Amino acid sequence: MKILVCITHVPDTTSKIQFTDNNTQLDKKGVQFIIGPYDDYALARAVELKAETSGNITVLNVGEVETEPTLRKALAIGADEAVRINAAPKDAFFVAKQIANYAKDKAFDLILMGRESIDFNGGMVHGMVGELLGMPSMSPVMKLEIEGDKGKLSREIEGGKEFIEVDLPFIAGCQEPIAEWKIPNMRGIMSARTKPLSVIEPAEEAERTAVNSYEMPPAKGAVKLVDNVDQLVDLLKNDAKIL
Amino acid sequence: MSILVYIEQDQGKIKGSSLEAVSYAAGLSELQGGDVNVLGLGSIEAEEWNKVGGAGANAIYHIGDERLDQGVILAHADAIAKVFEKVGATTLVLAKSSLGDAVAARLAVKLGAGLVSNVVGLPDLSNGFVVKRSIFTGKAFADTSIDTENKILAVKKNIHPIKTDGGEAKVESLDLTISEENFVAKITGAEKAEGEILLPEADVVVSGGRGLKGPENWNMIEELADSLNAAKGCSKPVSDLGWRPHHEHVGQTGVKVAPTLYVAVAISGAIQHLAGVNASKYIVVINNDPDAPFFKAADYGIVGDAFDVVPKLTQAIKALK
Ligand SMILES: Cc1cc2nc3c(=O)[nH]c(=O)nc-3n(C[C@H](O)[C@H](O)[C@H](O)COP(=O)(O)OP(=O)(O)OC[C@H]3O[C@@H](n4cnc5c(N)ncnc54)[C@H](O)[C@@H]3O)c2cc1C
Ligand SMILES: Nc1ncnc2c1ncn2[C@@H]1O[C@H](COP(=O)(O)O)[C@@H](O)[C@H]1O
Repeated sequence: MKILVCITHVPDTTSKIQFTDNNTQLDKKGVQFIIGPYDDYALARAVELKAETSGNITVLNVGEVETEPTLRKALAIGADEAVRINAAPKDAFFVAKQIANYAKDKAFDLILMGRESIDFNGGMVHGMVGELLGMPSMSPVMKLEIEGDKGKLSREIEGGKEFIEVDLPFIAGCQEPIAEWKIPNMRGIMSARTKPLSVIEPAEEAERTAVNSYEMPPAKGAVKLVDNVDQLVDLLKNDAKIL
Repeated sequence: MSILVYIEQDQGKIKGSSLEAVSYAAGLSELQGGDVNVLGLGSIEAEEWNKVGGAGANAIYHIGDERLDQGVILAHADAIAKVFEKVGATTLVLAKSSLGDAVAARLAVKLGAGLVSNVVGLPDLSNGFVVKRSIFTGKAFADTSIDTENKILAVKKNIHPIKTDGGEAKVESLDLTISEENFVAKITGAEKAEGEILLPEADVVVSGGRGLKGPENWNMIEELADSLNAAKGCSKPVSDLGWRPHHEHVGQTGVKVAPTLYVAVAISGAIQHLAGVNASKYIVVINNDPDAPFFKAADYGIVGDAFDVVPKLTQAIKALK
């Protein structure tokens, strides 16, 4: 089975987010970049499926040269080859177009992504790629089994989950508990150095949205600590006026 | 300039976040003109439409096809695209949700539309179309311009008041055929908590963490939640350990909530948990460790043993009613 996994290169979840250049750029100083946590679930499930079906995994990122260590990490976790489409990811549509252009003639059986990127949290790219390639797209997927040429999956819905059956090929936006995050071992790290990482120039595509500037939320006031529940109820009633 | 709002239903009732989306659209129409058209799919109880009119709809369209009761992504996207064209809309507004996202993304391609998700306010039209959205899981905002004629806005919950004083809107039943090819992904079943308040929709949320030591101690969380008419949530380790179902897990990798009141019991307040709750209006923290990081994000707090404080709090709230 040929699997494509699309990964983001994003600030670690514990990062302090700040902006520079008059609030027009993310301040990358001191920020540690990781594979997006949801993309990490997608990759982990791909590695398991590859073991079950003797498949092949291509991992793809739309990004500039700085994302290559993240792609190498994905190779160390178990992807067979990496592709970087050499462009700053301008917006979800731009990224989706690049992914679709790349995938359209490669006959992937399965395209796995994260449920959402943790920088822009759109949750959009999988649906867009699905529509561009004329494939079904499901997200957020919490369980994914492949039986023959069929996928059996469960998708989280509000208050529960639903079960879906769909023929390959399709696209899934993944989230836990689809698989456990995999940590690269020494052998993986060594072999990642020699696995192919190709760089492809982007197709010319206009973005449809643009960030004019960033802004931080207002600072939170200090907590009001109380000694007993009566004082708390009083605050909820008379200060917050919510009881 | 006309607007189309896609509303979601849950067991025949229109979701609160969707009524908010209708009210948002009414606000948008005051800014830029154009009618507010609303589209509902599947079986929706007849009385529910009054709320849609109240929220500011000028016209309501309904496709009653029962196959649309479930959130079949392709079929919903197909139906919305057809109605968008029919009413000559240029803007689609919907509430951000797992179905809303999946549908909106496909529509962005179908309609050639610029799509902005996690919208937190009405746009600024003084220089193009610029709308603010929440990014980095609530740690920041981005003023984002949409450069296409057609636009899609996925609106975050609790950012716009729900109107109730709109007029009455006529409901037109549409007889659109949704072709079979939109049902290639077959929904074969579902497991859903019946009669529970949906966590992403809830106005009050009571969450418990690993400090509660085991699932057998969730009674007191349930009782507190009941007394507040709240949905129940939990931290990630709690769902990882199987103490609570996954759909209750709040945070970076779980549900993002935006209630008026979030009560966190025996949760440390790790940054990944806070990422799911930072849109709450008021946060109450109950924790026996005065240095628990959650207190820094809280409005009100009690340093104390949950096993002592929570039952007392439930009593005090019940006594008010
Ligand atoms: C990429 C990534 C994503 C993550 N996503 C999420 C996420 O979405 N959601 C999430 O929750 N976590 C997430 N985590 C995990 C997160 O880092 C924390 O480990 C987790 O939130 C801790 O859960 P907790 O506070 O319930 O448990 P603990 O950290 O064990 O804290 C328990 C708390 O209970 C208190 N306590 C103990 N006994 C009592 C008592 N009797 N009365 C009162 N208080 C008591 C303790 O003082 C402590 O503060 C993520 C981690 C990573 C790396
Ligand atoms: N720049 C990118 N390169 C590769 N894949 C991406 C990129 N951005 C988003 N994706 C994929 O699309 C998913 C959803 O992203 P988003 O729509 O931005 O929330 C992510 O979890 C990734 O799997």
